[in-house]
Amino acid sequence: MLQSFLQNILNALQWGSFYSLIALGYCLVYGVLLLINFAHGDIFMVGAYIAFYCCMFLLGKFGVFAGLPGWMVLAVAVPLTMVLTAVVGVTLERIAYRPLRRKGVNRLYVVITALMCGLILENGNLALLGASRKSFPTLVPIKVFEIFGVTVTNIKLMVIGVAILSFLLLHFIVTRTKIGMAMRAISYDRFAVPLMGIPADTVIVFTFVLGSGFAGLAGLFFAMTYPVIDPYMGALIGWKAFIAAVVGGIGSIAGAFAGGFLLGFVEIMVVAFFPSTYRDLIAFSILLLILSIRPTGLFGVARRTKI
Amino acid sequence: MQRLTVPALLACLFAVLLWAAGTGALNVYWQSVLMFMGVNIILATSLNIINGNMGEFSCGHAGFMAVGAYVSSLLSVALFTKSQVFGEPLIGPSAAVWLFPLVLIAGALAASLVGLLVAIPSFKTRGDYLAIITIAAAYIVKSTIENIGAIGGARGFMGMSAVMSAMNETINLPWIMIWVFVGTVFSVWLIRRFIYSTFGKGVDAICQDEIAAEIMSVNTDRVKLVAFMVSCGLAGLAGGLFAHILGYVNPGTFTILKSTEIMVMVYLGGMGSLSGSVLAAILMTLLIEYLRDAFGFLNTFLHYISVIPDSYEVTQVWKWVVIPLLLVLLMQFRPEGIMGRRELADVFPGLRKFYKFKG
Amino acid sequence: MKRSWLIALFCVLGLASPVRAADTVKLGFNIPLTGDIPDVGESSKNAAEMLKKKINDAGGLKVGDKTYKVEFIYEDNESKAESALSATRKLITQDGVIGMVGPQSSKQAVPAAEAANELKTPMMAPWSTNPNTTKARPYVFRGCFLDTFQGPTAAKFATEEFKAKKAAVLYDIASDYPKGLAEDFKAAFEKINGPGSVVAFETFTTKDVDFSAQLTNIAKSGAEVLFVPQYYNEVPLIVQQAKSLGFNKPVLGSDSWGSGDLMGLCGDNCKGFFFVTHYAAAGAQGKTKEFIDEYTKLYKKTPDDVAALTWDGANLMLAALQSAGPLSGDLAKDREALMKAMAGIKKFEGITGNMSYPATGDHDPIKCAVVVKIDDAGKFAFYKSVCP
Repeated sequence: MLQSFLQNILNALQWGSFYSLIALGYCLVYGVLLLINFAHGDIFMVGAYIAFYCCMFLLGKFGVFAGLPGWMVLAVAVPLTMVLTAVVGVTLERIAYRPLRRKGVNRLYVVITALMCGLILENGNLALLGASRKSFPTLVPIKVFEIFGVTVTNIKLMVIGVAILSFLLLHFIVTRTKIGMAMRAISYDRFAVPLMGIPADTVIVFTFVLGSGFAGLAGLFFAMTYPVIDPYMGALIGWKAFIAAVVGGIGSIAGAFAGGFLLGFVEIMVVAFFPSTYRDLIAFSILLLILSIRPTGLFGVARRTKI
Repeated sequence: MQRLTVPALLACLFAVLLWAAGTGALNVYWQSVLMFMGVNIILATSLNIINGNMGEFSCGHAGFMAVGAYVSSLLSVALFTKSQVFGEPLIGPSAAVWLFPLVLIAGALAASLVGLLVAIPSFKTRGDYLAIITIAAAYIVKSTIENIGAIGGARGFMGMSAVMSAMNETINLPWIMIWVFVGTVFSVWLIRRFIYSTFGKGVDAICQDEIAAEIMSVNTDRVKLVAFMVSCGLAGLAGGLFAHILGYVNPGTFTILKSTEIMVMVYLGGMGSLSGSVLAAILMTLLIEYLRDAFGFLNTFLHYISVIPDSYEVTQVWKWVVIPLLLVLLMQFRPEGIMGRRELADVFPGLRKFYKFKG
Repeated sequence: MKRSWLIALFCVLGLASPVRAADTVKLGFNIPLTGDIPDVGESSKNAAEMLKKKINDAGGLKVGDKTYKVEFIYEDNESKAESALSATRKLITQDGVIGMVGPQSSKQAVPAAEAANELKTPMMAPWSTNPNTTKARPYVFRGCFLDTFQGPTAAKFATEEFKAKKAAVLYDIASDYPKGLAEDFKAAFEKINGPGSVVAFETFTTKDVDFSAQLTNIAKSGAEVLFVPQYYNEVPLIVQQAKSLGFNKPVLGSDSWGSGDLMGLCGDNCKGFFFVTHYAAAGAQGKTKEFIDEYTKLYKKTPDDVAALTWDGANLMLAALQSAGPLSGDLAKDREALMKAMAGIKKFEGITGNMSYPATGDHDPIKCAVVVKIDDAGKFAFYKSVCP
């Protein structure tokens, strides 16, 4: 009993890591622009596909660079995937969101545009690459360790480690660096920031780079852990990560991180001890309860509206 | 006299539809397209109360639709036909013709009660947090249905088509078409009355500034409660009709994607514009059906002129690339949707003499 | 209002229904070209295209004294139940097909069969093994064995081959096929090994990718074999996660394993496992071999069971159409005649076995099942055959 509990904690840490990584991206963009970037889940999916093609290319499946060892491929694929995914994210921002922002339209129209961009990414991928699933190559052979009856794999440890490192890095960037300060400034008052001589657009682009880059990272590791990738893989996990981000208190990095793990824990534990169909029911009831007790989420700070 | 134009037109349309569906001049496929159009109109106009007029962001409309769909399907199957789930009918098939609207209304009432799940938190929370609550509510509804094994759980529930054929046997008319038509007209009429009532003004006031509205003695909680319940109830009505058109319901239908589809219609039509929502619902339904054929032709054509290799087929998937792309483009050039916040009568003042709009 | 005009205009457009060419017979294919199991749709389409080419190249299909060209219409059901329903209605009422082949998986076939039966159009479900598909539906025919046969076959195989006394099942509760089969397996296994011998009966929902909690329970339950009646896109994830959770016992599959790109997705992880299926491509003879060779030549891959069953199903329908005699041109009459001819077919020699339908009761053929082993080369090798 204790063993399966411990085992499930590990499972939950792995599953929660993905929610956290995606929620971090939501949170960054939301914190700066107050925009729910609904395309984020699909950027995550694009990240997984980019990772797939990077790895295939580096592994020599297309005839170049044959025979690189798996760990080296991974080391090269991580930055490559992050950069390329960031390019996708920034492109969306430039083409779809920025013109709307310039026009000063209702925020909800930007949200709808984001939703539509997500659909375009999803179905564009499906139409171009076909409906067959892709099998992600094994970069690092899975090693199973057993400690006190609890099994751990190297991939699991890697995923959890990556999630924690990403959180620390993002936290550092947002709280300790100059550009992080600018990001916080924009979220505090978007109209005063340009007056202070801060290039708001650059900061926003940087935010998208960060958010999408980490979505790409999540995509890469997701594909390594669950090696069957398909165009719809990002849709559901994206929505759930968004919910996790809100429950944590959207706009707060620590909140998004904690929210992701919370959702992961609830989901895994429900499945482990109840019939699996109760998962969404119990998970969302708990979230609803949290939101009704703390309407701004776990780490969110209520802002008083002035008259 | 001129004020009777709209009812007269609607009556004519109703007669034509009845004739076309009854004689088979309109085949089952096109009939179902028309009926889905009606359902979409109800969904879009009802969501427009919340997302358009009130300016909230509700992403869980499909959840309320699911409640209506399931409640009315269960009732109609239990009351009118023999089924594996409920056994012998409680009332019998002959009563179906007369009691069917009551079944639909029961579905709508159930949906508006579930709407409380969203309406009550909305007193305190706003914006994105409320959006999450609506998503969570939709998930809870879907998941609850999935867990009731007796009604098929995640595998869906069927048997409504037997009710439809029982109705046809009693009196041979295209009943479902009639009820979709009546339901659509009723919904649009109800929403119009609602928007131009004192409550509707209250909804507008909340959209502009909630605190100011409260100071101006708008009972915001009450207005929100009524608005959510009307909106959810009509979604339930649409759900009931939807279930009876298809003859099969599955909780998997009522996902966030369905909600997204409805949201798109609202924003395409323009936030807060009733006629905009109606137009957008019609356009979207037509566009989806048109593109279904168009891509077939495009595929043949492109293969014929050898632009694309034979191994590659232009499939229906492109439809779901083209539709969002059109919307993104529309947002760039006309970010306020087709109608903006205006109504048809504002765009074409000539129409105003045919019906009194601003009452 | 403008709305009324649009609808009126639309009605007029709807009136202009397409004119049907006189000398073709149309069959509809209701298959999952996109969605969760696109490879199943592709296999069905490949087999159908091959059949169409073969018949039309030979001049056409001779029905009565007239020769007709065959026309196949493919409608995508996106692997969703409600899309399968609307595809069925579209094929039958809009395209005016004489019969429909598909849907393939039971999740879509069960509701679609209801619609086809109601619209009085013969439907052939080549790959759907759930008993509900044909239950009390005279217009619906099946091309394969039933889960009530497959479940016990798998249970018996697990007991005999692995000497298993305890088994675990992991299945998708939201889909008719895995749910029905899992229950049949459980019943049969407990009948052999006593109540409670299925020590873990775990579920998940379609589109889940993380099964770690369920597999943790299974690994801890002490089961000696894991039965996974899932599709090719889920099996690799389940097998891989089971291994990383320390579950090293054999995994037994069902006929849904054999379709699609299982080996491409699963790689080495699936080698050495067994599954129950309809036919084995390796080592086939006669007509079956001809079919396999031709298919392999055309599409550069071995036909899976879906392709073979679709071929048989469509062929059976066309053979029945020939035996039904001349077409009257009235669709409703022809459909009824086709239904009667299909029900009355004496012995149809298909590439997946002989088929005929019982005189009374549901239209389920009696066919043998094959147990296949995935060998070290990743080929599906014939292991044994089980007949009812």
